[in-house]
Amino acid sequence: MDMRIRNPIQPAFETPEREDAMIVSIGPSHPATHGTIQIMAELDGERVIRTDVHCGYLHRGFEKECEDHTWHTLIPYVDRLNYCSGLINDFAYCDAVERLMGVEITRRCTVLRTLLAEYSRLADHMTCIAAALMELGAMTAFLYMVMIRDYVYEHLAAVTGARVTYSFGRIGGLANDLPEGWLARLEEILTQYEDFVGRVHGLMDRNRIFIDRMRDVGVLTTAEAINYGFTGPVLRSTGAPRDLRKDAPYLAYPELDFEIPVGIKGDNYDRYYVRMREMDESVHMIRQCVEMLEPGPLNVDDRRCTLPPKDLVYGEIESLINHFKLVMEGPQVPPGEIYNAHEGANGELGFYIVSVGGGRPYKLHVRSPSFVHMGGVHRMLNGYQLADIIPTFGSVNMIGGECDR
Amino acid sequence: MGERTIPIRPAPSQTFEYLSTRKDELVGWARKFSLFPYPFVTACCAMEFMAVSSTPYDTDRFGAALPRFSPRQSDLLMVVGTVTHKQAPILLKVYEQMCEPKWVMAFGACATSGGFYQNYAAVAGIDRIIPVDIYVPGCPPRPETVIDGIMRLQDRIARSRHPIVTKDF
Amino acid sequence: MAAVTNLVQQGFASVASDTYLSHGMLVLVLPREALAATVATLKAEHGFDMLLDVTAVDWPEDALRFEVVWHLFSTRDLVRIRLKTRVAAQDPVVPSLCPLYGSADFLERECHDMYGIVFEGNPDLRPILLYEGFEGHPLRKDYPKQREQPLVPYRAGELER
Repeated sequence: MDMRIRNPIQPAFETPEREDAMIVSIGPSHPATHGTIQIMAELDGERVIRTDVHCGYLHRGFEKECEDHTWHTLIPYVDRLNYCSGLINDFAYCDAVERLMGVEITRRCTVLRTLLAEYSRLADHMTCIAAALMELGAMTAFLYMVMIRDYVYEHLAAVTGARVTYSFGRIGGLANDLPEGWLARLEEILTQYEDFVGRVHGLMDRNRIFIDRMRDVGVLTTAEAINYGFTGPVLRSTGAPRDLRKDAPYLAYPELDFEIPVGIKGDNYDRYYVRMREMDESVHMIRQCVEMLEPGPLNVDDRRCTLPPKDLVYGEIESLINHFKLVMEGPQVPPGEIYNAHEGANGELGFYIVSVGGGRPYKLHVRSPSFVHMGGVHRMLNGYQLADIIPTFGSVNMIGGECDR
Repeated sequence: MGERTIPIRPAPSQTFEYLSTRKDELVGWARKFSLFPYPFVTACCAMEFMAVSSTPYDTDRFGAALPRFSPRQSDLLMVVGTVTHKQAPILLKVYEQMCEPKWVMAFGACATSGGFYQNYAAVAGIDRIIPVDIYVPGCPPRPETVIDGIMRLQDRIARSRHPIVTKDF
Repeated sequence: MAAVTNLVQQGFASVASDTYLSHGMLVLVLPREALAATVATLKAEHGFDMLLDVTAVDWPEDALRFEVVWHLFSTRDLVRIRLKTRVAAQDPVVPSLCPLYGSADFLERECHDMYGIVFEGNPDLRPILLYEGFEGHPLRKDYPKQREQPLVPYRAGELER
């Protein structure tokens, strides 16, 4: 026994309840648990009696790290929360700080943020469904989805400069505007998306094996879901039409025409289908945003948060000092606190920010949907088979960066 | 490379040296084009790992596509993403369960040096825990960078010694 | 939404030491003893059926050092509310909301991990984001950000900072 390797956790149960039951540790280095969740499962043969879910294997000290950075320089950390849909995190954070500062973003920025947030949501749902289907063995569907996702990544790299973690939001606007030809390429990608997602529907929706593995597995009732704090596609799959984009609209959502898909049973199949329909709704929203996009200023002309134009920085002393202070000390946010929530791909992504004035946050807390879901996932795992853990866990879409922060 | 360097001893004869070099080339060629990665996936780099394994980048062209999720069956440990202090014992356990020959790729800035997480939670580079053969920088690295890393690792495997019969041959 | 907010504000004005609006959200500052009863009433009568978040803020210069913050949500009226209470560093105990909300389990474990707040009534306060053997509570202002507590000894030849 190598005494150097210490166990980082204390399991909730070490001896099985029943004599013939066995305790198995699934994870944390396991493909189905996305590499960062450990499920101690007590098994009676193939049936799961009880589970003890452990997270924290990707706790990277986000909150502590952010207290050391200015309001702008912590945006890359915010990106890496739900890294599948990095732009949604960016904009949720920037929105929270803008509300705290009393900054109103421009019309073009509002529409563009909505467009990019829905685009990011599309990438996230594609990743979730691709991974979930691959874990069931449907390699073809995975390859179709990942191909479209790659087009999306390259396309976002054309505007933001990065494929996965964008750091694109700025307080008061965005880093830069769309390049030439971006919207034309967008339409091409959306058309190809429709083709490929149609193929995935054809492969999966009425597939006997898929239905047998996903229907009536991992069932969650609405009351249970609300009690355990589930939001987002998981809550919607149980039948409750709760979506922050409709309930407490922000950005350009009040002007968009879209539906909230809800499930009927709250099982894995419903979660899969709700995400597929949400992707279609996102595409519909993106097309509406393209219609609504008009030329205009991107960043608000507010010297408290937006860097002055370069010719002024080099030309006059006030802009030079302004630029220097914004970069070195950060935008000065007045004292106060705010809780601002956006509809992330997994549910309610909330930022609770406490400011005591100055260029750095006093406290920056993230209400992450994945973490709260991990508190309730045992309700969907207990009583089912060992092999059901894989699709159930995949359908909850736990993202490690968001869960452990 | 620390404790994993194969010590070079003077060869008994020129024939022996010639034969062992040719054998090393053959074994090196076979090993480099049949890498079985163990994707020790934790964080955002996973997105690029998924991308590099699929179209259009495809590590299958390099023989490094088939992941083996058991450390006993794999020879390339790809540490993809941040390793925290909580995860470190797991990483060490997985590494020690792998059989020789084995190589380690530090995929991404966090595995290489801790990335920009310089705090109480993240290990500042996995080479503090296990020896690393190739560092792939990027946050996350572009798929082309990963492929470049795999190719450099393959060159290293091709150039290194592969004693398979005895300690020296 | 404004109706529910007003109703709650009036209903708890006697119990709360302070109520105010923070960017559109009602905040109730309560003494610790009133917390359990207030939350039970909010859940049973005002429809706040979801516990969104539990966290704390560290004010090291104040006598009552920790400010524990709860966010509740009503799925019926689509209203959020923030509850706050203050506890001292020597006695960081608050009642747990585990009997009322299932999501309280993990959320309180995290708050305990990060700040050391003890939630009385939570059956399981094991470390969740940190690991067994970690000493201290990192989000407190007196914990230095870069103090690492490695579980695995570093390899020979590696500089230890």
